[in-house]
Amino acid sequence: MAALTDLTIAEAGAALEKGDFTARELTDAYLSAMETARGLNAYIEETPERAQAMADASDARRAGGKAEGPLDGIPLAIKDLFCTEGALSTAGSHILEGFRPTYESTVTQNLWDAGAVMLGKVNMDEFAMGSANITSHYGPTLNPWKASSGDNAGKDLVPGGSSGGSAAAVAARIAAGATGTDTGGSIRQPGAFCGIVGLKPTYGRCSRWGVIAFASSLDQAGPIARSVEDSAIMLGGMAGFDPKDSTSVDLPVPDYAAALTGDIRGLRVGVPAEYRMDGTPPEIEALWQQGVAWLRDAGAEIVDISLPHTKYALPAYYIVAPAEASSNLARYDGMRYGLRVEGEDLTDTYERTRAEGFGHEVQRRVMIGTYVLSAGYYDAYYLKAQRVRTRIADDFKAAWDSCDVILTPTTPSAAFALGEKQDDPIAMYLNDIFTVPASMAGLPAISVPAGLSADGLPLGLHLIAPAFGEETLLRAAHVLEGAAGFDVQP
Amino acid sequence: MALDTDTVRRIAKLARLHVEEDALAPLADELNNILGWVEQLDEVDTEGAEPMTSVVEMVQRLRVDVVTDGHVQDKVLANAPAEADGFFVVPRVIE
Repeated sequence: MAALTDLTIAEAGAALEKGDFTARELTDAYLSAMETARGLNAYIEETPERAQAMADASDARRAGGKAEGPLDGIPLAIKDLFCTEGALSTAGSHILEGFRPTYESTVTQNLWDAGAVMLGKVNMDEFAMGSANITSHYGPTLNPWKASSGDNAGKDLVPGGSSGGSAAAVAARIAAGATGTDTGGSIRQPGAFCGIVGLKPTYGRCSRWGVIAFASSLDQAGPIARSVEDSAIMLGGMAGFDPKDSTSVDLPVPDYAAALTGDIRGLRVGVPAEYRMDGTPPEIEALWQQGVAWLRDAGAEIVDISLPHTKYALPAYYIVAPAEASSNLARYDGMRYGLRVEGEDLTDTYERTRAEGFGHEVQRRVMIGTYVLSAGYYDAYYLKAQRVRTRIADDFKAAWDSCDVILTPTTPSAAFALGEKQDDPIAMYLNDIFTVPASMAGLPAISVPAGLSADGLPLGLHLIAPAFGEETLLRAAHVLEGAAGFDVQP
Repeated sequence: MALDTDTVRRIAKLARLHVEEDALAPLADELNNILGWVEQLDEVDTEGAEPMTSVVEMVQRLRVDVVTDGHVQDKVLANAPAEADGFFVVPRVIE
C-alpha cells in the first residue's frame, strides 16, 4: 500500500470508513513526515498533542458509529491567519508573537465540527501581504519543488504566497489539506507554484470571523488540496452562514463533491483577450491553449470574450487593499495584546511598537493606505480605485451573458528563486496579475495544476465562475484536472 | 503628486509608525514608485461608475439588540502586555 501521507482526502476518508487504518495512524504518519520535512519551514507551530487527541476522538466516534462525514479524522494544516483557541496565531508577524487566541475562528470550528484534525499552524507572508512567503517574521517557507534545469536549477524556490506554508505543506505531503486565505491570489498563486489545487470561494461563502483581517472587502478563506475532489470536500466543511460575519451570505451549502459529474458538454468557456499580455512567456501561453483544447475536447463550447479593464485591476487593488489594511492594522497598538515597545510617552509607544512589530512590506502598505485615505487624496486615489473596481465587476457581469466559466493562466511564471524580485515591489505585485481581477469582483476561482515548465516546475490553469457558481467551477476544474493528468510529485 | 520627505513624515505620524530621519527619503522613493505605477488608473473613464463599497449584492442584516456575550474578562486580558486587577495597564494618557 502507498504511504498513508500519499492518499488524497477522499481516499483516506474511504479507507478510514472501511477500517483499513485509524485516524490516529494517519495522524501519526503525518506527524512523523512533518518532523523530517522541517527544513521547508512550512509550520510555525506544530500541535502534535492536540492532533493525536483529535484523532483519538475521531476513532472513538467512528467506533461508535457516529463518524461525521468525509473530513472525520483527516489531518489538516491551518494557515496562521486563522485564530485557533490556545494555539499560536501570529499572521506571520512579530507584532503578534506569542498571541494565543481565547476563541476559535468560524471556519476552523466548522472543520473541527466535521471531525478534522489540526496538525499545526502554517507559515505565511506577514498579514497575508506577499506573493513569495518571504515577508514572514518566522522566515521563508521553501517550495518542495526544485527546477531540473535553467538558471534556477537546484536553487531554493519560493512556494508563492501569501498561503505559502499551506501550499508547501500540502505539496510535500505533510498535511492532507490546508486552509488558506485569498485577498488577491494568495490561495491560487501558491497552489500553482506548488503543483496543487487552490480554491478561492465567492466573497461571503466562508465566514471571515476569527480570520485576522487584511483587506476586509476582499479577504476570503478557501481550501488548498491535492485534488479538485478534495477541494470540494474541504469547501463543504469550511463554508456556511455565520451571523458573526456581517458579509457572510445566508445560502445553503451544496454537496460540492456531487457536482463533479465529469460532464461539461455544452458548458460555455470564455477566453478573455486581455489576459494575453506582453511579456507572458510562450510556455504559459501554450499551456493556456492546451487548456482550451482539453475543455473543447470534453464537449465545452469555447467563446472569445473581452474584459476591457483587466490591466487596471492590479493597480486598483494596490489602492483598495492597502487602504483597508491601514485601517484594519490600526488595532495593533501594543495596548491590549501582542508586542509592546515602551517609548517616551503614549504616542511614542504606539509608534515604536508598530515600527518594530511590523515588517517592511506591511509598513509600506500601511503608509500607502494611510496616504490614499488622507484628506486631499481620498477622491483622487481611493474613490477612483473603488470606481474602477465597479468597472471590473461590470466587465465580468457582461461576460456572463456569453459564457459560464472563464479560463486563464494562474500566474505569469513558474515559482522563482528565493531572493528574486525581493527589492522590486511592483515586480512582486505582478505575480497576481491574473488572479486579482476575480478578487476585485468577489468571484470564485480555482487554480488546477496542468503541466510543467521547461525547467520542470508546476504551472497552473485558472478558472473563474459567477458569484456562488462553485459547483460549475469545480465541475469544470475536475474535467481540466482529468485531462491534464498532472501526477508529478516534487 | 510626488511625495516629499515632509509628506512621508506626516503620513508616518498619521499611521503611528516611527520612521528614522534618514529612512524618510528612501521610503519616499519606494512610495513614489508605487504611486507612479497606480496613476495609470487616470486612463479609466469612471464617469457614472459608483464607488464599490460591497462586492456582494446584499442588504445589511440587523440582529436583535440583545447582549450576546460578556463575562469574559479573563479571556479579554489573557494576551495583554501588562494587566493589573482586571485592567489593561497602559502608558500615562493624560499628563
